[in-house]
Amino acid sequence: MPPSASPSPPPSPILPDRRILSVSDLSVRFTTSERTVEAVRHLSFHVEAGETLAIVGESGSGKSVTSLALMRLVAHGGGTIASGRMLFRRRSGAILDLADASNAEMRALRGAELAMIFQEPMTSLNPVFTAGEQIAESIRVHQGKGHGAARAEALRMLDLVRIPEARNVLTRFPHQLSGGMRQRVMIAMALACRPQLLIADEPTTALDVTIQAQILELIRSLQDEMKMGVVFITHDMGVVAEVADRVLVMFRGDKVEEGAAPALFAAPRHAYTQALLAAVPRLGAMAGSDLPRKFDLLRPEATETPAVAATQDAAQDHAAQDTRRPGPPILRVRDLVTRFDIRGGLLNRVRRRVHAVERISFDLASGETLALVGESGCGKSTTGRSLLRLVESQSGLIEFAGENIRDLPPNKLQALRKNIQFIFQDPYASLDPRLTVGFSIMEPLLVHGTPRREAEARVAWLLERVGLTPAQGLRYPHEFSGGQRQRIAIARALALNPKVIVADEAVSALDVSIQAQIVNLMLDLQRELGLSYLFISHDMAVVERVSHRVAVMFLGQIVEIGPRRAIFENPQHPYTRKLMAAVPVADPERRHAKPRGLLTGEIPSPVRALGDEPEVAPLVEVGPGHWTARHTVGGLAA
Amino acid sequence: MTDTAPAATRAVAALPSGVRTPWSEFWRKFRRQPVAVLALAFVVVLVALAILAPWIAPYDAENFFDYDRLNEGPSLAHWLGVDPLGRDILSRILVGGRISLATGFLSVAIGGLVGTVLGLLAGYYEGWWDRIVMRLSDVLFAFPGILLALGVVAILGSSLVNVVVAVSVFSVPAFARLVRGNTLVLKRATYVEAARSIGASDRTILLRHILPGTVSSIVVYVTMRLGTSIITAASLSFLGMGAQPPTPEWGAMLNDARADMVSSPHVAIFPSLAIFLTVLAFNLLGDGLRDALDPKLDRA
Repeated sequence: MPPSASPSPPPSPILPDRRILSVSDLSVRFTTSERTVEAVRHLSFHVEAGETLAIVGESGSGKSVTSLALMRLVAHGGGTIASGRMLFRRRSGAILDLADASNAEMRALRGAELAMIFQEPMTSLNPVFTAGEQIAESIRVHQGKGHGAARAEALRMLDLVRIPEARNVLTRFPHQLSGGMRQRVMIAMALACRPQLLIADEPTTALDVTIQAQILELIRSLQDEMKMGVVFITHDMGVVAEVADRVLVMFRGDKVEEGAAPALFAAPRHAYTQALLAAVPRLGAMAGSDLPRKFDLLRPEATETPAVAATQDAAQDHAAQDTRRPGPPILRVRDLVTRFDIRGGLLNRVRRRVHAVERISFDLASGETLALVGESGCGKSTTGRSLLRLVESQSGLIEFAGENIRDLPPNKLQALRKNIQFIFQDPYASLDPRLTVGFSIMEPLLVHGTPRREAEARVAWLLERVGLTPAQGLRYPHEFSGGQRQRIAIARALALNPKVIVADEAVSALDVSIQAQIVNLMLDLQRELGLSYLFISHDMAVVERVSHRVAVMFLGQIVEIGPRRAIFENPQHPYTRKLMAAVPVADPERRHAKPRGLLTGEIPSPVRALGDEPEVAPLVEVGPGHWTARHTVGGLAA
Repeated sequence: MTDTAPAATRAVAALPSGVRTPWSEFWRKFRRQPVAVLALAFVVVLVALAILAPWIAPYDAENFFDYDRLNEGPSLAHWLGVDPLGRDILSRILVGGRISLATGFLSVAIGGLVGTVLGLLAGYYEGWWDRIVMRLSDVLFAFPGILLALGVVAILGSSLVNVVVAVSVFSVPAFARLVRGNTLVLKRATYVEAARSIGASDRTILLRHILPGTVSSIVVYVTMRLGTSIITAASLSFLGMGAQPPTPEWGAMLNDARADMVSSPHVAIFPSLAIFLTVLAFNLLGDGLRDALDPKLDRA
């Protein structure tokens, strides 16, 4: 790599030999009726052939805007390229400035020489065309091939992205494909014309970890074959470590650091990069300890609100979280079954069932955090919802304080809901946009008959407790950032002094630095208030940080449950091992040290025909309090 | 997680000081539409005129007859002319506006209220109740509105009260469907599930979370519907099924004007203009409200 990163634009469009893209002094503006926002300021970077440049940053850093600017698609979102040059080497060798290419030139480039993969494969594929037709279309448009030839080429592309039974997939519609398959189809589309430069905007963020690992592997190997440049945009430092040759870190529209991946991870120079790396949960960071521990945050200037610092008790910051109290469990679940009917056919009869939760059993001790981990569709969220009877379960026992929740009449259920509260994944969606956040927090109190005056005082206290000010209670949800909204959701969940909080992917949608703050807040609250958490998550690294015990779910069943340390240091079930192997490690040195063989295949479906009961057997104890399934679950047997 | 354009602008738009309530947000967007603001002003003036009509009308609308000026065109004494019986058209339009607006508002209010309640319950509970309400709406929808209203009036007898009943009946299914659709969507919103998880009762959920969520579309639809209702009521009166002579209803006035329309067009033009402008104003206002209330149109 040449040492100089082309700080100033060359006088005439000349690029060094292997350079595909050179961006200098790029600024992008968004103008609204109220003000002008500079989403990207004076950004310069370059990409060589066969190289992967990762652009990393949190929400609002301008990383996605940069990618849209490269494709000249910012105008659709109301943005304009205010300044800068984006020199791009065309396949013919000619150099073109993307910033002032004509629309016709851009149309010819997009999809052919400049390709993009988006985050959400479902919405970026057209639902009314088959996968094959969509790939073939791009080939027809840009290479002028006939229908038959384009179709044959589409089939070859699907083989290239390693889709099993590619010929079948060709004729399927997007909704008939799984998330991982759709993303492969998107990649096949993007690569169909062998682009010079591939822009991947969070291509794996919406996918499960095991599928993410497969897709990352795929992009890397295709890049080696095609020698294209890749601009990889992500917020996930783990993913960066897996794919990047060089890394560009952005913060609120500015480039804060750029460098080779190993060097940047080993010795980040800028304070923001250091803070970002410190906040990344690393799998294995808790090895050798039994109890949860808070994140060490080093970002004095970048925290959301100054109040956060004040709430953190310095003396206890690094103390382990020994909050479990002896005694009988506060919540006991035995053989819980929740299934959903799928109706169909002319008579709308039940045809099949989703076996969301299949006879799971666990205890939750007072002051304990039990993590429920698994990939999408494994039934972890349904389990949480079944506990509060937000969905009705079919059989089993949910015992809270000696009463079976499943048998409670409606009036007693209302009272019980005081004791078990829920935090949802998307805090914005879980707050009524037409109510002030203060009222949203107060609502549970009013519902349960607290006098208004008392309730208002409690809201003020709660807001302060979660690191906001009481005055902010008068504002509406859209005026807060994601992290603040999750604080509000936590305050609301705490309003009634619950004993148990079910946190359903409560930190998954947040930026890493915010995620670390929220996790720390949750741990603080647990220590102070003696809460028990049922922490539902797909993120193994966060789970390792927060939980006392872990239950791994797969196809509706718990396949392994036990103390966190035992599960993470001595996983017994093959699915648990697969899940751990798939977690991206934020360390470029270790990226090839992984057992790749584990990472194949799709996640099996929990939908079964009527009468086709899955095999369920009691778990077997393999260590103190550590149980695992020995029967076959979804083709995986221990 | 992504920082696409709208997200970036939203994040920054939240920065300026001052609390942005849904109401101020609505007003900010409404003000940017000159046509809608104009329509609103027109409606306000219209309502004021209707309320004040008995005091500001230059002549008695029903009992003043100027036999010297039958069918005479606009003049200083009679700004909009005189009708075939010698009555002052301006006075009759002013007083008639009171009747037209009252029938419009009343019938839409009754129809909207009944329809909203039915729609809320149908959407929230679904099941057999939903099926009954929706099939009934389908049946009502199968009739042309004016025919349905005619039928109701034919059964109940012709009077203004019955016109109101008839027009409300034909507003009910439209509101029921609209509200049911919104309820079905809102019911699945996470914040409604969140409300259930804190132990809120169905009543609280319906009144505090679902109804306010659908209010904006109800308001828009009420405004649009006002125009339709005024036209329907006027049509019924025109056909002789509504207001009876000598009541100065706009539709009835047109009916009175039929014989002399060719020789003295002003007797038909001014009442028609009144109907036309009123309905147009309500429709334009409805469009403006929809654009200001729809969060999806938050661009530009």
